[in-house]
Amino acid sequence: MSETIGSKNIASTSLRLKVGLAEMLKGGVIMDVMNVEQARIAEEAGATSVMALERVPAMIRAEGGVARMAKPSLIKQIIQAVSIPVMAKARIGHFAEAQILQELGVDFIDESEVLTPADEAHHIDKHAFTTPFVCGARNLGEALRRIAEGAAMIRTKGEAGTGDVVHAVQHMRQIVKEMKALTVLSEQELYAAAKDHQAPYELIRMVAQAGKLPVPNFSAGGIATPADAALMMQLGAEAIFVGSGIFMKERATPLDVENDPKEREEAVSRAKAIVIATTHYNDPKILAEVSEQVTGTMKGLAAAAIEESQLLQTRGW
Amino acid sequence: MTEPRTLPRIGVLAIQGDYAAHADALAESGATPVEVRKPEELEGLDGLILPGGESTTMLKFLEKRHFFDALLQFCAQHPVFGTCAGAILLAREVRNPSQRSLGLLDAVVERNAYGRQIDSSILTAETSLPGGPLEMVFIRAPRIAATGSTVEVLARRDGDPVFVRQGKIMAATFHPELSTDRRVHRAFVDTLLATTGK
Repeated sequence: MSETIGSKNIASTSLRLKVGLAEMLKGGVIMDVMNVEQARIAEEAGATSVMALERVPAMIRAEGGVARMAKPSLIKQIIQAVSIPVMAKARIGHFAEAQILQELGVDFIDESEVLTPADEAHHIDKHAFTTPFVCGARNLGEALRRIAEGAAMIRTKGEAGTGDVVHAVQHMRQIVKEMKALTVLSEQELYAAAKDHQAPYELIRMVAQAGKLPVPNFSAGGIATPADAALMMQLGAEAIFVGSGIFMKERATPLDVENDPKEREEAVSRAKAIVIATTHYNDPKILAEVSEQVTGTMKGLAAAAIEESQLLQTRGW
Repeated sequence: MTEPRTLPRIGVLAIQGDYAAHADALAESGATPVEVRKPEELEGLDGLILPGGESTTMLKFLEKRHFFDALLQFCAQHPVFGTCAGAILLAREVRNPSQRSLGLLDAVVERNAYGRQIDSSILTAETSLPGGPLEMVFIRAPRIAATGSTVEVLARRDGDPVFVRQGKIMAATFHPELSTDRRVHRAFVDTLLATTGK
């Protein structure tokens, strides 16, 4: 890849615009929503963006089956309902789903391990699209491979749908540690580092010079409370994705925000609290206040109790 | 070496958005950036930048802890520069949809008026700033649909104002913080120095 990316010295107009939108989302919360009412709650609570999908990860995990791109009619309804950017997920490698999402006017496409992968060898060539992509990563090499393919934003994978933040922490610490390690290497050592990380040399060199990824680095996967959001921000995340944490009650049951005012209120309180915690991640006084205001938390599933074969994070490479 | 001088301290509203890019741009333009997340953090600042991001998110925070009133009071007295979402916050009237705003800039601003992300663009156009055409990065940009008589238009796109000044207030619907050209931030710092007499 000959072009350089990031906010400076950028050659490609397309990449600059893609990374530009990711820049606008920094410091905010992107919320998974399954219907128009949830999208409205997210916007009212101060979300910077919503991710339109038919089932949040906790439900996909509980119900099984093939998880695909959301129905176009649902995505269109959500686009109509809110003024903030709308994201949607495509299966790993499923570039036709991505083409459809771009055509629908989705602002960001998440090539996501939460859906059932469509290709076991290839991720989507994201340079071929005008719409920006976000991709998950567990380590620096994976992040840089996605960036080489054209991703304009990286998010830690964590373990989606669990409400257990342990893997989001592990992946963020891993990426930050590997970036720090590159900054102390000499120029000659960077070639071997590129081989070790299985990532393009040019991108390894950019990280070694800047000490950070050339695109924004957000966090996702298991974030369920204001404290979780603050933890990820303090560990170096530039914004937060919340999936099942806001609208789920039990393992596979969402809060009934359309018919039950009390459950709607609970979802609103969780959403608002996580938004405030993400902005004031370094202010324990405010974090204590908002944590107190939350009226409930998703029950969750300990990530350590999940069998290796059932992990979503190992999808993609 | 020139004689040591205290650089102006300019706040950047850091609720959410590309405030870090603005802070870098200010540091490169002869000012000391200060992140502002709470109303009390406005105290002692010489000016303020309202960055790009989501104006709806920023408003949620401004509606708490008397932040809106504190910001209104600060911006009425000090130089302020809003880009994209920041320009929306400064406007007299906001459309598509209608939402609350500070009302300090005599302009009507329409949100997401050029379309969605696929319609975002980078253009180069003439401005009133010396130094030739200026690169302008538009991301899900708002449109300035109307301006009052005291608003000076510094640049246009297809006839619509995209960069304006009204006394101590500057606003742009594009993102100068995402370009390497620092003329816009320098112009803001110069305006600030001229009005504060620093």
